[in-house]
Amino acid sequence: MPLPKLLGRTNPAEPGHADEPKPAPIEAAAEAGITVVDWIDERTALSPGIRWLMFRKVPKGINWAYTLGSATLFAFLNQAVTGVFLAMYYRPDVSGGAYESIRNINDNVFLGQFVHGMHKWGASVMIILIFLHMGRVFFFGAYKYPRELTWIIGVVLLILTMAMGFTGYLLPFDQRSYWATIVGVNINNTGPFIGPYMGDFLRAGPEFGATTLSRFYAIHMLLIPGIMAALIGFHLYLVTKLGISAPPWVKAHEPEAVTEYVEV
Amino acid sequence: MPGAFEGETVTRRRFMTGVAHSAGGIAAMAFTLPALGFALGPIFDREPFQWQIIGKPEDFTELDYVTKAITIVAGIGEAGESIAYVRRRDPEIDTEPLFKHDNYVLNNFVALSSRCMHLGCPVRYVEAAERFICPCHGGVYNFRGEVAGGPPVRPLDRFYTLEHDGYVYLGPRYSVNSELERFSPRDPGEPLDGIGQFLYPARFSTSVLPSTANLPAPPAVSGT
Repeated sequence: MPLPKLLGRTNPAEPGHADEPKPAPIEAAAEAGITVVDWIDERTALSPGIRWLMFRKVPKGINWAYTLGSATLFAFLNQAVTGVFLAMYYRPDVSGGAYESIRNINDNVFLGQFVHGMHKWGASVMIILIFLHMGRVFFFGAYKYPRELTWIIGVVLLILTMAMGFTGYLLPFDQRSYWATIVGVNINNTGPFIGPYMGDFLRAGPEFGATTLSRFYAIHMLLIPGIMAALIGFHLYLVTKLGISAPPWVKAHEPEAVTEYVEV
Repeated sequence: MPGAFEGETVTRRRFMTGVAHSAGGIAAMAFTLPALGFALGPIFDREPFQWQIIGKPEDFTELDYVTKAITIVAGIGEAGESIAYVRRRDPEIDTEPLFKHDNYVLNNFVALSSRCMHLGCPVRYVEAAERFICPCHGGVYNFRGEVAGGPPVRPLDRFYTLEHDGYVYLGPRYSVNSELERFSPRDPGEPLDGIGQFLYPARFSTSVLPSTANLPAPPAVSGT
């Protein structure tokens, strides 16, 4: 029986490669990875962008302190990944279900205590890394022109991380969570004029109520992470675009024209 | 104007750009504004408050506080509960005036909220010292709930009480300044003396004194 026409079809040669011989199947298999990458890159043209991001010139004299930003990024990714998976077991139920679901994660779920611990301790690690990163940028003078906007976005990211800490603290819904949130919301309320209304917004009412927990949960897992991811992207774009500043103890190389000796 | 036909004040290209941007803006507003209103709504939403029975008049004396578990937010279990410290009003020391509401004389029983007026931790009543003491940051209040020391900015909040059909009913919370004058309920940490009452205005969300028309019926079996 003859093969259907469709199976016997040969694709037309790519433009510019018409006269090249077809590789043997074994060679084609060996180069499958390159072929796939080429196929994607031909359609997306992503490789110049990736080269621009990953393979860039850095100044002389940089050291381990320059990795604190990347460390913070990975702390954020840890929070994002463990948070997504904790959400599979967590229930933001104010009448006891939230506490029960956390207890279930810690006691029953396979690796539950580990993933919960990664998220809980990772939060503290992230705050510590942010401050170390901030200290490096401050003491090395790396916030100066033209990197002011990178610094400002970094400060916004710090504030958002603090807001993550505040909203996340309520979620286990034990006594400590509950009273810490009462105190935290009341600190917000002491702002003059708009403070009382901010409290009503945070609690979804005049008292800690039925939807306060789900409100904190939505802010914690949807609203702030989305804003943070976008701002981290912009932060990294600026870092790549503007380059990394040299440490302050490395003297700038003076231009040739200045150091040239002139015979008189 | 270059690119425009005779008599046109705006080019077609510019007009088209404007229309496209406006349509995009309207489309974005169509979901952003309702979502924003949805999130901000509770600020303007007034929570109803039901009178609740906390005991019989003979349960309370002038000399000591009785601890009563009360419901602040119904339907959410323990998270919606709080503590009120209740005693009978003693005319010798309680100089703040009584007042009438719907033919009831209110506040013949003094019911203090357990929320510390520093940042909202629960205070406990220490009988030997006749003081309310907050575990968080060391706020201390005297027998009438006035600030005796520490960081609190105003006396303990109170609840309206009334007597009906042989039972004591507890109403919504209200706040007091250092003269024990009544204000609509504020959150902890907000002073009410001097400029404080203007810096921390009343909110839309707090209950007005509810009508006494539909008081919950006393329990069928007396004393339960």
